[in-house]
Amino acid sequence: MTVVASAATFSSSPLWYLTRSTGITAFVLLTITTVLGVAATKRALAHPAWPRFATQQLHRNVSLLAMVVLVVHIMTTLLDSYVNVGWLSFVIPFWSSYRTLGVTLGTVAFDLLLLVVVTSLLRLRMPARLWRAIHFSTYAAWPLALLHFLNTGTDAAHQRWGVWLGIACAATVVAATGVRFATSNTPRPLASVTRSAR
Amino acid sequence: MRVRVNPIDCTAHGICAELLPEWIELDEWGYPAVDSEPLPEQLVAHARRAAAACPTLALRLQQD
Amino acid sequence: MSTQPFLPPPPPPPAFKPGAPPVQRLLRPADSPSDNLAAHLARHGRMPAASPATIMGEVDASGLLGRGGAGFPAGRKMRTVAAGSARAVVVGNGCEGEPGSGKDDLLLRQSPHLVLDGLSLAARAVGADEVHLVLHARSAAAPVLAQAIDERLRAKLDTVRVQLHAVPARYVSSEESALVQFLNGGPAKPTFTPPRPYERGVSRRPTLINNVETLANIALIARHGSDWFRSVGDADEPGTQLITVTGPGTTRQVLEIETGTTVGSVLATAGIRYEDCQAVLVGGYFGTWLAPAVAHRLPMTHESLRAAGGALGAGIVIGLPHDRCGLAETARVAGYLAAHNAGQCGPCLNGLPSIAGALQKLAYGPWDERMTAPLARWLTVVPGRGACRHPDGAIRLIGSALQVFAQDVDSHRAGFRCRGVGNSQFLPVPHLAAASGPWR
Repeated sequence: MTVVASAATFSSSPLWYLTRSTGITAFVLLTITTVLGVAATKRALAHPAWPRFATQQLHRNVSLLAMVVLVVHIMTTLLDSYVNVGWLSFVIPFWSSYRTLGVTLGTVAFDLLLLVVVTSLLRLRMPARLWRAIHFSTYAAWPLALLHFLNTGTDAAHQRWGVWLGIACAATVVAATGVRFATSNTPRPLASVTRSAR
Repeated sequence: MRVRVNPIDCTAHGICAELLPEWIELDEWGYPAVDSEPLPEQLVAHARRAAAACPTLALRLQQD
Repeated sequence: MSTQPFLPPPPPPPAFKPGAPPVQRLLRPADSPSDNLAAHLARHGRMPAASPATIMGEVDASGLLGRGGAGFPAGRKMRTVAAGSARAVVVGNGCEGEPGSGKDDLLLRQSPHLVLDGLSLAARAVGADEVHLVLHARSAAAPVLAQAIDERLRAKLDTVRVQLHAVPARYVSSEESALVQFLNGGPAKPTFTPPRPYERGVSRRPTLINNVETLANIALIARHGSDWFRSVGDADEPGTQLITVTGPGTTRQVLEIETGTTVGSVLATAGIRYEDCQAVLVGGYFGTWLAPAVAHRLPMTHESLRAAGGALGAGIVIGLPHDRCGLAETARVAGYLAAHNAGQCGPCLNGLPSIAGALQKLAYGPWDERMTAPLARWLTVVPGRGACRHPDGAIRLIGSALQVFAQDVDSHRAGFRCRGVGNSQFLPVPHLAAASGPWR
C-alpha cells in the first residue's frame, strides 16, 4: 500500500517510469562495466577459450551501452515537466533546483564518465599515461552514481529492493576494486628460468 | 607497413599476440617477438586491432 | 677547400718509449702534467676563427669517424644537426662507461683545452647556443675540466658557456639517448629511438653528441686541415686512435696508434707478447674475443673488425694470459653486464641474468646438460629486442667466448676441473655495488 500512496505524490507520466528504469539499468550496467574492466587487466584471467581481448571488448561495449541508457535517462528527466531540473544540469553541477545535491551527484558522475568515454574513443591519439590517469576517475564516478541512486532514486529511497540492489552493486564494485589493486599483475615467466646470482 | 614494439613501454600483457598470432610470438617471459618484415595485406586490419588493444600503446604500426 | 692558411703541422714530440709509434697527436707521456690554458696555447696555438662552413667542410673532408665506439662519420653528423629544424645543442661525451677503457679519462686530464676547443668549434659549426660536457660522477677528470672551463670563461674564449654535468656511473648511461634523457631532467637511461638525438634530443632540439676524443681531433683538424689529418692511418678511416691496452706482463696503458695498425702491433707496442695470450678481447665488453692468430693480423678499423664478426668499439684491447679461464672471465663480465641493464625492457632484464647464470654454471660448475638448449635459445631470442644495444653487445661478447674458448666449453661440460677458474680476476669488473643507486 505504501507503493500506491507514494505513487500518488509522483507524476504517472511514462517519462518518469522511463527515467527510473533507465537509471537503474545504467547503474547496473556500470557495475558490470567495472567488473569487466578489472577482469581485463588481469593476466591470470587470460584463457585460450576466452582471451583477454574479448574481455576488453566486452568492457568497452557494455560501457557504451551504459552510456546510451544513461543519456536516455537524462533526456527523459529533462523532458519530464513534473520535475524541473533544467537543461544545463546534465553537465553543470548545482544547476537543478529540484533535489540539488542528488542531481549534482549524477551530473558529476556523468561528466566524469563522458570524459572517460571520449578519451577512450580517442585513446590512440593521446599519451597512454594521460588516458590511464583519466580512466582512473571511474573509481570516483561510480560511488557518485551510487550516492545519486540512493539520494535521488525514487526506488532506492522508497523500496526495499532498491536498497538491496544498491548494496549488492556496491559489494560487487568493492570486491572488484580490491581485486584490481590487491592482486599482483607483474609479467610472469611462462617457463621456469635459471636466474643468476646478481 | 611494419609492426614495432616500444620495448620500454611494453609490460608483457600479451594481448597483441592474442590478436595477431601469425606475426607476434611471446617469448618465455611473456614479451612479444615481432617480425620486422613488411606486413602482408591481409594482416593489416588485425594488426590495427592489436595496436589498439595494447594497454600501454607499446605496439605501433609504422608506415614505411 | 679553405682559403685560410692552416697552421703548419706540429713538430713530433720525442718518442717516450722504445718502439713507440711515431705519431703522437693527442697524447703526451703518461706522467705529463695537465695543460693549463697558457700551456695549451703555447703548444697548439689559438683556436682558429674559421667559419661554420669551413669547420664542417674540413671535418667532412677529413673522414673523421666518431671515437666513442659507433664510428659514425663526424662530418655527416654535424651537417645533419646543423640542418635541423631548431637551434642545435652540442654535448661532449666524456662518460667512459667501459671498465676496460681509460683513454677518455687520460685525454681529458692531459689536454682539457683541446677537448674544449673541439666542443667550441663543433658548437660554432652547428650554430648551437647550448653546450654541455658530461662526465661520470666521481671522475678524476672533473676538477681538471671545471678549472679549464673557468680559465676559458675568464679569457672569454668561447661564445657559449660550457655546462659541466656529473652523470651516474652506469654502464648504459653513456649511451646517447640516455645522456639526452639525463640532460632533459630524467634518469640516465636509454630511450626508445627513433627519433635519434641528432634529430630530436635535448629540449627536443637537434643534438650533436661527440666523444671527447672526437672533439680533440676536431680541434686539431680545424688548425691543421683535413689533408694533414688524412696523412696518417687507414685510407678509409684515417687519423689516429687512442687504444687502452691490458695484457700479461704489463700494466694497463693508453697508446695512440695510427688507425689500421694491427692488433698484434698494438700488443707489441704495449710490450705484450703475442705468445703469452690465449685470446684477445677487442672492443671492450661490447666487442668480441678473438683467437690470437686472427687478432695478430687484424687491422684496427671498424670495417675489418665488423668483417671479423666483432666491433672496434672504443678502442680496447685486452690480452688474456694462459693461466686464466676465458669462460670464468666472461662469466664475471656477463654478470656485470646483466646487473647493469636499465631495467626497462623485458627481453634484456630477463634474458641477460638468465644467460649470465648459465654461463656462471658453465664456468664454475656444476653444469647441467639440460641448460644447453635454453642457453642457445636465449642467445638468439634476446638480441635486437631492447631499446638500446646493451643486450646485443653483451650477447655478441658471450657468443664469441663460446666460440673462441670452444675447447674449454667442452672440457667444462665434461666436468673437468679447470685450473684457471680460481685465478680468474683478470678482466676489470667494478664492484657490483655500483649497479644499484640513483640514475640521476
